[in-house]
Amino acid sequence: MRKMSVVDRVVLLVTGLLAAYQIVVGVHGAPSLSTWLYTIAFGVLLVAGLLLLIMGFGILDSPLVVIVSTIIPLSLSWGLVVQHAPRFATLYGLFVVVGFLAIVWTRLNADTPKKWATMVLAFVHGVAGLVIFLLPIVLAIRGAMPSGFALVGVGGALIGLGGLLLAFLKAGKPILSQEMILTVLPGLLLLMTAAFVAGFARG
Amino acid sequence: MAIIQAKWRLYWSLIKSLQTALLVLTGVAGFMSTRCPFLNLKATLAVMGSLFLAVSGSTILNMWYDRDIDARMTRTRHRPLPAGLISPQEALLLGLVVSGLGVGWAFAMDRLYGLVVFAGLFFDVVVYTIWLKRRTCWSIVWGGISGGMPVLAGRTLGAGRIEWIGVVLALAILFWIPTHILTFSLRYREDYARAGVPTFPSTYGERATQVIIAGSSVMASLLMIVAAYGIGLTVGYLRLMAVLSIGMLLLAIGSAVRPSEHVNFGLFKYASLYMLSTMTLMMLVV
Repeated sequence: MRKMSVVDRVVLLVTGLLAAYQIVVGVHGAPSLSTWLYTIAFGVLLVAGLLLLIMGFGILDSPLVVIVSTIIPLSLSWGLVVQHAPRFATLYGLFVVVGFLAIVWTRLNADTPKKWATMVLAFVHGVAGLVIFLLPIVLAIRGAMPSGFALVGVGGALIGLGGLLLAFLKAGKPILSQEMILTVLPGLLLLMTAAFVAGFARG
Repeated sequence: MAIIQAKWRLYWSLIKSLQTALLVLTGVAGFMSTRCPFLNLKATLAVMGSLFLAVSGSTILNMWYDRDIDARMTRTRHRPLPAGLISPQEALLLGLVVSGLGVGWAFAMDRLYGLVVFAGLFFDVVVYTIWLKRRTCWSIVWGGISGGMPVLAGRTLGAGRIEWIGVVLALAILFWIPTHILTFSLRYREDYARAGVPTFPSTYGERATQVIIAGSSVMASLLMIVAAYGIGLTVGYLRLMAVLSIGMLLLAIGSAVRPSEHVNFGLFKYASLYMLSTMTLMMLVV
């Protein structure tokens, strides 16, 4: 497995600092449930970044990585729905809880066919990614939110890309080589976090 | 000049600079949680200086007393004392002088502050190292108490008295110490066994040690949040502290449920980072 370079470590540290900043400042005007959901998303991002920083890329071998990395898009998308589309908050919350439990079950139950586990992950991750990608952009286009809020959607696209790369890597069918994925991963995490932080700041 | 540089390098390796820096940081954080460092620059620098000398002095005295243990452990046999690069008399003299300067400086600043700094040195050198370390694995409790003294000292100097927030901060460090030391003793258990030093893994087994690490991480995290709330950190910073605490907690539970060398050492590193982060937060925010 690729060894982590100094640049990778610096990039992950900056990512962690940005996530920590977002946790501290919160999102202006967000209801408390959204604030907690955003805190969970950025908290997982912060702790995962720190663990990558201190334990190296070897930590990605853990079967828990897929489960933990799913928490970020799920809680972030739920937070966005609660804040900006409250009519669907309960329904979407149900999807998030059931989807997360399904991912946990299919990942930890050894009897589940690998194909099923990948399909469940791709579906739940995909829906959450689309919500993060589309909702801020639609709100910005409609003028319901300032145009800078669309950057959250850019972050959503990046998280979707990162999630796909990691999911297929873990499924044994990598889209890019492992070496390439690990090379771009720290930068991708930084860009994604920066887009979220900038988007929320401008929203 | 070359001789002085070489001596300086040897002396520097006697003070475990990273560990000393972390302890000094806790003391400065304790002080800065009550006083603005820019308005009290002289006092802040004096806290740094006195704690650096006192902590360094006690570490040198530990190194002097434990030189026979260090010589039997693979990890430590290259340290200056067991390697014969510094004589025991020279190390003892250096340790006494540096400790004396640190404690003396602390007393000159404030009697109560000096007393707490002296208590830290006494618990570390006399109670932990000389009396208990070779007798019982529970000696780390006293190591933890002495580790909590710098933050209590800093807070006491700033507040002018020993108050509950300082005590809670010291307790948080007392409970953080097992996470730090026990993960280390798990990693180097053979080394400690070779040196005949009783540790939790050798006395109670690895499983019980992992559970104790998880339990002490829970306590350290909760106490740190209570102290942060008492200091007056805003909701946003409390959220961040909660996130960092939950990270340590999950890692400790993961290490207890599915023990592995990798996770154990990750927890060891995360615990140091956690302490560094929480103390920095307290310094920057207040």
